[in-house]
Amino acid sequence: MAEPILKVENLKKYFPIKRGFIDTLKGAPQRKVHAVDGISFEIFKQQVFALVGESGCGKSTTGKLIVKLLEPTDGKIYLEGQDVTEVRTKEELLAYRRKVQMIFQDPFSSMNPRFRIYDVLEEPLLIHGIGETKAEREELIYKALEMVKIVPPEDYVGRNPHMLSGGQRQRVAIARALILNPTFIVADEPVSMLDVSIRAEVLELMKELKEKMGVTYLYITHDMSTARYFADWMAVMYLGRIVEMGPAKVVIDNPLHPYTRALLAAVPEPKPERRNIIKELPIKGEVPSAVDIPPGCRFHPRCIYAQKGLCDVKQPQLIEYEHNHWAECHLVGKY
Amino acid sequence: MAKPVLEVRNLKMYYFTTRNVVRAVDDVSFELKKGEVLGLAGESGCGKSSLGFTLMGMPTPPGKIVSGSIKIEGREIVGLPENVLRKEIRWQRISMIFQGAMNALNPVYTVGYQMIEPLIYHKGMNKDEAIDRAQKYLELVGLDPEIVYRYPHELSGGMKQRVIIATALLMEPSVVIADEPTTALDVVVQAQIINLMKRLKKELGLSMIFITHDLSILAEISDRIAIMYAGKIVEIGDSEKVYYEPAHPYTQKLLAAIPRLHEDVERLEFIPGQPPNLADPPKGCRFHPRCPYVMQVCKEQVPELREVDKDHYAACWLL
Repeated sequence: MAEPILKVENLKKYFPIKRGFIDTLKGAPQRKVHAVDGISFEIFKQQVFALVGESGCGKSTTGKLIVKLLEPTDGKIYLEGQDVTEVRTKEELLAYRRKVQMIFQDPFSSMNPRFRIYDVLEEPLLIHGIGETKAEREELIYKALEMVKIVPPEDYVGRNPHMLSGGQRQRVAIARALILNPTFIVADEPVSMLDVSIRAEVLELMKELKEKMGVTYLYITHDMSTARYFADWMAVMYLGRIVEMGPAKVVIDNPLHPYTRALLAAVPEPKPERRNIIKELPIKGEVPSAVDIPPGCRFHPRCIYAQKGLCDVKQPQLIEYEHNHWAECHLVGKY
Repeated sequence: MAKPVLEVRNLKMYYFTTRNVVRAVDDVSFELKKGEVLGLAGESGCGKSSLGFTLMGMPTPPGKIVSGSIKIEGREIVGLPENVLRKEIRWQRISMIFQGAMNALNPVYTVGYQMIEPLIYHKGMNKDEAIDRAQKYLELVGLDPEIVYRYPHELSGGMKQRVIIATALLMEPSVVIADEPTTALDVVVQAQIINLMKRLKKELGLSMIFITHDLSILAEISDRIAIMYAGKIVEIGDSEKVYYEPAHPYTQKLLAAIPRLHEDVERLEFIPGQPPNLADPPKGCRFHPRCPYVMQVCKEQVPELREVDKDHYAACWLL
């Protein structure tokens, strides 16, 4: 089997909570938000790996750790065999960022409103010292815009971001990430702010670029349907842990973990004939705080199958139950 | 046949800015029957939320109702003075569940305080009666009645959304407008809220207009669906008809753009271009610049809604 492009090992990120004056005096223990709590996965070349979960499950934090916008508390990240956590100096970071780029969720606030589209795309080139002359850079910028189908580019380079529609802006954001020719892209909810028709257009574009340029993606989303459409692999996160992982289609068609089942049952179905049926959701309660993680399996307070004395005591491990299909649950096949 | 609770005829609501006139709602007509949920869908900027606010008799300034009629249970509300609207119509006859419920509650007052205000002013209840009533409705939406004494920040997103729904129902209005009630919520919470609305529809016989951009959610709850494009309704009919036999090319394209959970789709379709500027909409059919089947007549004349099937209308020259 080929070497993975990206390998994450037991990654952890805790955010400390500021203590009040009295707590500090009393020497109360430091409380922490367990945003990412020991996750491991591998992503292979030219694949799309989707990280799915509800808000607050740690999926965006994972993305930020990978592009080094945050430093991990513990654990390792390897990109093409290089230990990313060892990247420290400015030069090393620059070289790393040239290989790993990010697409943000909100195309309305991810670009400087005073920049022209030309400046937005020239900035990464200047930072990384690509293109000696202005003419060279211009050529690269035009090429990048053509790639994301902002044509003809000369009509758009002079515009400011507010003069473009949401879909166009998101395509410029993709061009900005691709202009450095990176090996790996972290796309954090790139289509969740877009309208349905435009969403389809941007997803199609990202898929096409994957095939043409051999880009590998980490696709962070809360939307199971787009994950199935766009991703090859999928990991479901809950409270900082990966609870299920496998090929996207397998996970969706044959979920092993009760949480994945609940998430899938909650997806609205475009079947109007079933409109008067109240859907059963195999889940109870709400997501607990990531500060006080429940003991044992962290999903047990919401799980309808939880067994006393097992699920609330013992932490389950991510186990490969079927070929390439992992789940973190004591009760796989038993409920 | 029962009389419709809400009747909208040739409604036009334009925004009069200093530079131009934006035709956000342009000649819209439809009816809402008792106990029915009408889904209203369209892309951002198609005028669906503007329509919702107009029905409440409160178009967002600088918007004004230009012409048309809105009848709630036979009573005309266009042209009523603001004090009458406030005293007799808004919240009592027609109420609204706002988009982004997270921010619809005032953080410095308790939930109860905010809920009972209309009861005290409009129904002349005293505080204890009003609180009783608020608690009854909180129970109805599946919340602990003790929540009346809590502040909004103590509640989760889903709970706040339930409070907003309870508030909208408090005065027993004949029509409820739900403007993207689930957009900011997580999938599981969204499904719970949809379940709640289905239950309320059954138990209270609610007549509701459900506004959203998400066609899958509409299919979950609507009896009839209206598709809006550039300020106009382009297709309206029973949910099954609109879903399985869409007549308008815009509806067909929108439906083809949704990724399905359990089906393999080779390529998602999308609609090239973007919605028109409503200050200067294209002549003829407003969809013609993006339509794959465009003909000469589409560029010149505006198509009217016509019946394709029983209770299924579409506005397109192809039909």
